[in-house]
Amino acid sequence: MKLRVDYRASVSLVGTVLKYLAVPLCVPLLVALYYGETVVPFAVTMLLTFSLGTAMERLEPDPDIRAREGFLMVALTWFAVTAVGAVPYLVEALGIPGVAPPAHPASTLGNPANALFEAMSGFTTTGATVLGDISFETHTRSIMMWRQVTQWLGGMGIVVLAVAILPELSVGGAQLMDAEAPGPGIEKLTPRIAETARALWGAYLGLTVLEAALLYGLFLLGVDDGMTLYNAVAHALTTMPTGGFSPEARSIEEFSAAAQWIIIPFMVAAGTNFALFWHALTGDPRRVFEDTEFRFYVGVIATLTAILSVVLFTGAGFANAVPAGSTFDAAYLSEFTGRVVGQLEPAVRQSMFQVVSIVTTTGYASMDFNAWSPVAQYLLLFAMFIGGSAGSTGGAVKIVRWYVILKSIRRELFTTAHPDAIRPVRLGGRALDERAIRGIYAFTLLYVVIFFVAAGLLFLDAARSGLDLSVLETMSAAASTLGNVGPGFGAVGPMGSYLAFSDASKLFMVGLMWLGRLEILPVLVLLTPEYWRR
Amino acid sequence: MRVVIVGAGQVGSSIASDLEDTHEVVVVDRDEERIEEINYSYDVLGIAGDGTAVSTLEQAGVEDAGMVIASTDNDETNIVVCSTVKAISDAFTIARVKNTEYLRTWQRSKKAFGIDFMVCTNLLAAESIVRIIGLPAARDVDPFAGGEVQMAEFEVAENSPVANVTVREADRFDALTFAAVLKNGTVEIPRGETVIQPGDRVVVIGTPKSVQEFARTVAPDESPGTTEEVVVVGGSEVGYQVARLLEERGFHPRLVERDGNRARQLAEDLPETVVMESDATDMEFLEREHIGDADLVVAALESDEKNLLVSLLAARLGVERTVAVIDTTEYVELFEAVGVDVGVSPREVVAEEITRFTREGDAENVALIESDKAEVLEIEVDDASVLAGREIRESVRDLPEGVVIGAITRNHEFITPRGDTVIEAGDHVVVFVDTSVVGDVTPQL
Repeated sequence: MKLRVDYRASVSLVGTVLKYLAVPLCVPLLVALYYGETVVPFAVTMLLTFSLGTAMERLEPDPDIRAREGFLMVALTWFAVTAVGAVPYLVEALGIPGVAPPAHPASTLGNPANALFEAMSGFTTTGATVLGDISFETHTRSIMMWRQVTQWLGGMGIVVLAVAILPELSVGGAQLMDAEAPGPGIEKLTPRIAETARALWGAYLGLTVLEAALLYGLFLLGVDDGMTLYNAVAHALTTMPTGGFSPEARSIEEFSAAAQWIIIPFMVAAGTNFALFWHALTGDPRRVFEDTEFRFYVGVIATLTAILSVVLFTGAGFANAVPAGSTFDAAYLSEFTGRVVGQLEPAVRQSMFQVVSIVTTTGYASMDFNAWSPVAQYLLLFAMFIGGSAGSTGGAVKIVRWYVILKSIRRELFTTAHPDAIRPVRLGGRALDERAIRGIYAFTLLYVVIFFVAAGLLFLDAARSGLDLSVLETMSAAASTLGNVGPGFGAVGPMGSYLAFSDASKLFMVGLMWLGRLEILPVLVLLTPEYWRR
Repeated sequence: MRVVIVGAGQVGSSIASDLEDTHEVVVVDRDEERIEEINYSYDVLGIAGDGTAVSTLEQAGVEDAGMVIASTDNDETNIVVCSTVKAISDAFTIARVKNTEYLRTWQRSKKAFGIDFMVCTNLLAAESIVRIIGLPAARDVDPFAGGEVQMAEFEVAENSPVANVTVREADRFDALTFAAVLKNGTVEIPRGETVIQPGDRVVVIGTPKSVQEFARTVAPDESPGTTEEVVVVGGSEVGYQVARLLEERGFHPRLVERDGNRARQLAEDLPETVVMESDATDMEFLEREHIGDADLVVAALESDEKNLLVSLLAARLGVERTVAVIDTTEYVELFEAVGVDVGVSPREVVAEEITRFTREGDAENVALIESDKAEVLEIEVDDASVLAGREIRESVRDLPEGVVIGAITRNHEFITPRGDTVIEAGDHVVVFVDTSVVGDVTPQL
């Protein structure tokens, strides 16, 4: 059988990306030097990725990318980058025999499945972790910073970044970005795709720097002693990509109310279409507020926050008792019940923070929401499927798809009464092509089907490996990894981890995160024979 | 003045016959037989030849002509005729087009195509239909700023809600300005405390929608509400424009179009209209959608006979009023005789507009109130204007009494003028000016 896909071109371009991956590895390397920690994990990885990348590039000196090669390249890039990104974790835990001793032999990331899970969770900005113990006792500060950096790189998209800085990608760049970017289709902001990619990354970088500066400002003002320069940078790096990794074991609960209030708008911004920021900066700022998707997005967040605020304010949102094996204890529950129930600001803040974090698929938590009642938890599970805007760094189904689906259902109802009426579905005044609507239906249905199948498989594997999981836990784990959210409920809650799952389940979830980040179709199409033939 | 008319179809002939008494008219057409007929039936000079050729135009004497009217049935030909004329002559050029896109281009830059005045057949026909539907209570309606501003004059009846109240109380409409109150034939500039008496006439300037609302308040019996059910049959350009103009005035019309692709296109362009894909003579469809309960049906199909059929069918189903678009001017009276309530001939409307324009000058930007007691003007503000860059409250102090700023449009968006509104250079301003001060005011603006 003759392959009709020029896989050499794709592999060669993946090589180019790998080669340049050595550059961001400098960040943890410098952190390691600053704190006097071992640089071996990063030096080894830099060498590895550079030589591997160079070798792969040799395969095809003049790669020519078309639609099919684009899918392959994007899917492969995410896998290759994850594999390389896992190397520092492995080296930290295992060392290099005969060359360097392990820095932290107790690290759970010595298991390759765990290291791969952590790396994929990083790049796909999921934020689900398999670190057993999140502290600087068991991990170096530089490794913790590498986790944050992987999320920042994955947020706006590795391929988008590559298109922005590598001139050889400019021709097929639009194909590549389309395969990677969240949401249906990309919006070319400028005639040259590389400039569009640069504009998006520029807005992304600018917002990250601004957030880090504001958070560090709290430390300098003495408002929040925990928000050191390290923490300010580390959290800015995972807010803007809607990532959710935190070097703090208690996530954002560790920080003051002021820091939480600063992080909320940045999460909202991260879930907004970045093209809107570009429009706001270059032309008409009002366009942001006139954008249908943005208004719907803000409306959904406001509605969910309002409902949850009432539920928490009245106390109906908190668990009645502490079940056995919970991630929280009675003292924690009574402390938060006392702090939030009947208190307006904490109730609104806790609601808004969790809603924004889950809707945008960031995955931070300002308290352990395992301590919430089923009503409140159900709201969050619902929110896991919503997702950020198209063209944002958020995951899941994406708000614009739900909007189009709701509008087209309304159209169906209308045409049932008036069978001859022709009603285009409008998105902000513009009529949508019927093919685009079909595509949105197909994606959303596929997403839901994959979610249910995945939850079923996780159940089966849990039963096989003797792991006792509740329905909510399993479903939240599947929704959370497929939607790149991060935390789920119960054992996989915001302060918990995915460590208890078997290696098989973890590798399966690596696949789910990969599928979710690339929005299913670019990965799934690789599995069809029609793709490889003709 | 020598007037050259290119194109001797229904429109060209009709204009020629209107102008033959007062002007020296030359008619150019490619069809020799038609020219011969024209030469005999009208007191004009007919020239057979291609109107886009310089030689033909020279033969017609365009160099000395005061005005050239391009009224062939082809838009592009008309545009080329005007451009060619501009290259060799200073004559004022008028072009008739069907495609509203050309009109839009021309409205953006009035230098476009070398055309000094453009009339759009389909749009004019649609406007006259909508006027028939929309404001039967108004004494006079004139559009400004490309249709985004409307001036209307209403007579206040005894039982009207605005009778015997002060202007301040009556002025609760957004995007509407009371420009004048006419009492027994004298023009009064309204102040807040001016009382509107029954029998007075009020002149209001605002968006078409706000004028519509006002009309409903002033004369609730005569003005149809926007809840009025209007069904437009046929998605022709006229049908589309009627629906669009009705949407602008706050109506939610229904439009029936047989062709699926065209229906889809119309549905995309008309967000407030329910577009239906069906044949309007399909009885089952008409009954299913209760077309008989509609207050008004506009038949705007491509063929006159079908429009007649649809109008009669609608009337039989119980529709109160029917309006039919009739291409062949001679049929208008005939159709009205057999039962169509109002027949509108696009060609006739255009010929009338061109004739009116030839007689009155650029009437689009000037409207006369009460036979010359006051004028409503549209001006483009430049830097030298007394209005530019200042709040209205300040600039009116430098203007004489008898001037009211009625409406402002900026980049085709309507701005309601209030005391603190700052007018910028480039804005289009519609002003009401008492005739006694027109001479003093015009240079200041």
